[in-house]
Amino acid sequence: MVGALDSSAPPWYKPPVSAPKPPTLELREVSKHFGSVQALQGVEFEVRDGEVMALVGDNGAGKSTLIKCVAGIYSIDEGQVFFEGDPVTIHGPKDAAKLGIEVVYQDLALCDNLDVVQNMYLGREAHDHLFRLREEPMERRTTETLASLAVTTIASVRQPVATLSGGQRQSVAVARAVMWNNRLVFLDEPTAALGVAQTHQVLELVKRLSEQGLAVVYVSHNLVDVFEVANRITVLRLGRNVGVYEKDRTTQQEIVRAITAGAAAPEELEVAT
Amino acid sequence: MSTAAPAEVQAAALEDTSLGAIARARWTALKSGEVGTLPVIVGIIAIALFYKYKTDFFLTAVNFQNLIGQMAAISVIAIGVVFVLLIGEIDLSIGFTSGVAGVVLAKLQVPESGHDFPGLIAIALALATGATIGLVQGSIVALVGVPSFVVTLAGLLICQGIILQQLGTQGVIGIQDKQINDVANYVLTKNTGWIVAVVFTVGLAAASLGTYVSRRRSGLPTGNLILTTARLVFFGGLAFAAVAVCNHAQPRPGVPLVGLIVLFLVVLGAYVAGRTTFGRHVYAVGGNAEAAHRAGINVKLIRILVFMISGSMAAMGGIIFASRLNSVDLTAGGGTILLDAISAAVIGGVSLFGGRGRVTAALFGGLIIGMISNGNDIVGYSDAVKYIITGTILLAAVTLDTVLRRRQAAVGR
Repeated sequence: MVGALDSSAPPWYKPPVSAPKPPTLELREVSKHFGSVQALQGVEFEVRDGEVMALVGDNGAGKSTLIKCVAGIYSIDEGQVFFEGDPVTIHGPKDAAKLGIEVVYQDLALCDNLDVVQNMYLGREAHDHLFRLREEPMERRTTETLASLAVTTIASVRQPVATLSGGQRQSVAVARAVMWNNRLVFLDEPTAALGVAQTHQVLELVKRLSEQGLAVVYVSHNLVDVFEVANRITVLRLGRNVGVYEKDRTTQQEIVRAITAGAAAPEELEVAT
Repeated sequence: MSTAAPAEVQAAALEDTSLGAIARARWTALKSGEVGTLPVIVGIIAIALFYKYKTDFFLTAVNFQNLIGQMAAISVIAIGVVFVLLIGEIDLSIGFTSGVAGVVLAKLQVPESGHDFPGLIAIALALATGATIGLVQGSIVALVGVPSFVVTLAGLLICQGIILQQLGTQGVIGIQDKQINDVANYVLTKNTGWIVAVVFTVGLAAASLGTYVSRRRSGLPTGNLILTTARLVFFGGLAFAAVAVCNHAQPRPGVPLVGLIVLFLVVLGAYVAGRTTFGRHVYAVGGNAEAAHRAGINVKLIRILVFMISGSMAAMGGIIFASRLNSVDLTAGGGTILLDAISAAVIGGVSLFGGRGRVTAALFGGLIIGMISNGNDIVGYSDAVKYIITGTILLAAVTLDTVLRRRQAAVGR
């Protein structure tokens, strides 16, 4: 990927070292409607490498729609998407995957009838030129990935996902997202169905992802979790931006107010970057 | 949380490959609803013993040869049904699709008709007809989104109409072409039969060895060597036993060619379903179509291709029927063909809910259906008894599937 800063500049031009890197993902004025329902309206959003950007909002705020637009499940009606400064169009899940965008959905999107390895490689199976599956490298890498994420409770990577517990399934879904050397990972309500210990484990995992330099978007209702992992917080309400808040300069009360009633003070309506 | 190294050790230690451990693991899996082919094998043995008790002729060599011929077409059609059920759809048109293919086959070999082709060409065109019917139905299901039940019900009626219209005036077309008639009636020489058994066993051994070596090279658990060898000896032995029995059948000793065709198609189907990316995507679409779509799998294309497989296999079944009778008449594709083929797949262990089952189910299920039909004819039971028995077994198979599915889900949560 060539950064946007030097793409329009003459070839001899070297940007100064201190020039800010463009955001990993940036949405400008994105709108999406389903029939008469306006799910997103002029939404601005960005996330940078090595940060955890929380995306919060009440039910119907447009969080899931935004994720699905970026993942290529929905196409956007208006607006622009920039990836590392370059304008991109995402027409399908394959386009998103090619850019290095991975989504862990709330419903995990696992095939219950397939085993752990098969789910980890779903749609991206290793195969030779005759489309024969190459099981050995897939199984080995699955085992390695789960081990590197300290997922120790899964007895066999060859057991169907239907036989796994909720936490184990979440682990598989997250492991699948990070196995592909992705640039940007969306986590949609990753702790909603988990107990205390498993929630802690997933939050540790999220921090580890951002420490490795990935851009992470963390979608959640749980503000305690959000304040534990996020660097910045984007609040959506009824398909529109409320604002972007630095975690260290805001409070849970302020976020709750933004989620339920919109921004209180007029200056917060401007999207701070 | 940050204990990456011990995790690997733990994962490796969990793979215990002693026979005792495997038996315990299998027992646990059995209790949690993964029964595999066990009920089918128990069923086959029980049915064989029952009819053996009723009549000594049931387990003779010549009847075994007959049975292969009788179950062949249903088993082949059931292969297509397995694929359709795996993606969670249904194809009700397979019976009359097989009939249409039979009519096409018969029409294309009528001497001096102006469109008489060599037997093999006619067979290829009949197969293409089946694939085209599948393409049309699959496209309507996948692209327009009409439920497959209705699309293929319409297909059933249309195909039946085509058969009646094409055969209306004469009612029957005889088949004289030798190549076509050989499909269901040719018997391999004794030595060819032995060669087939050797090739089958060696092929199986090579496949097992290849898997073992490549897994070992990658440092993955290889399973128990004794168990793998035992499986090899069992299936190899089965092949040799089948050839030996067929070679003792009088008056025409030898393995029927059609048995070889069925075996080839089952192995090919099992390979496609189990070892290729296409097969993996078929299971994914049946398990969770939405997840498959999000993972970038072309769900619509998979659905269309599966209906084409179903149509082609139905056509192959129709070719076998036509060849066996040396003719095609107004009953082609009718009767219990549709229900027998779907029953075969379901009795063989393929889930009606999609995503679970193997292609070998077509063979096992076809064998059970064939044995009941064959045994009843010999004992002299009426069709009424045959239908009641088949229906009862089908009900048992579907009930078992439903219970197991619920139990597996209960274990997970």
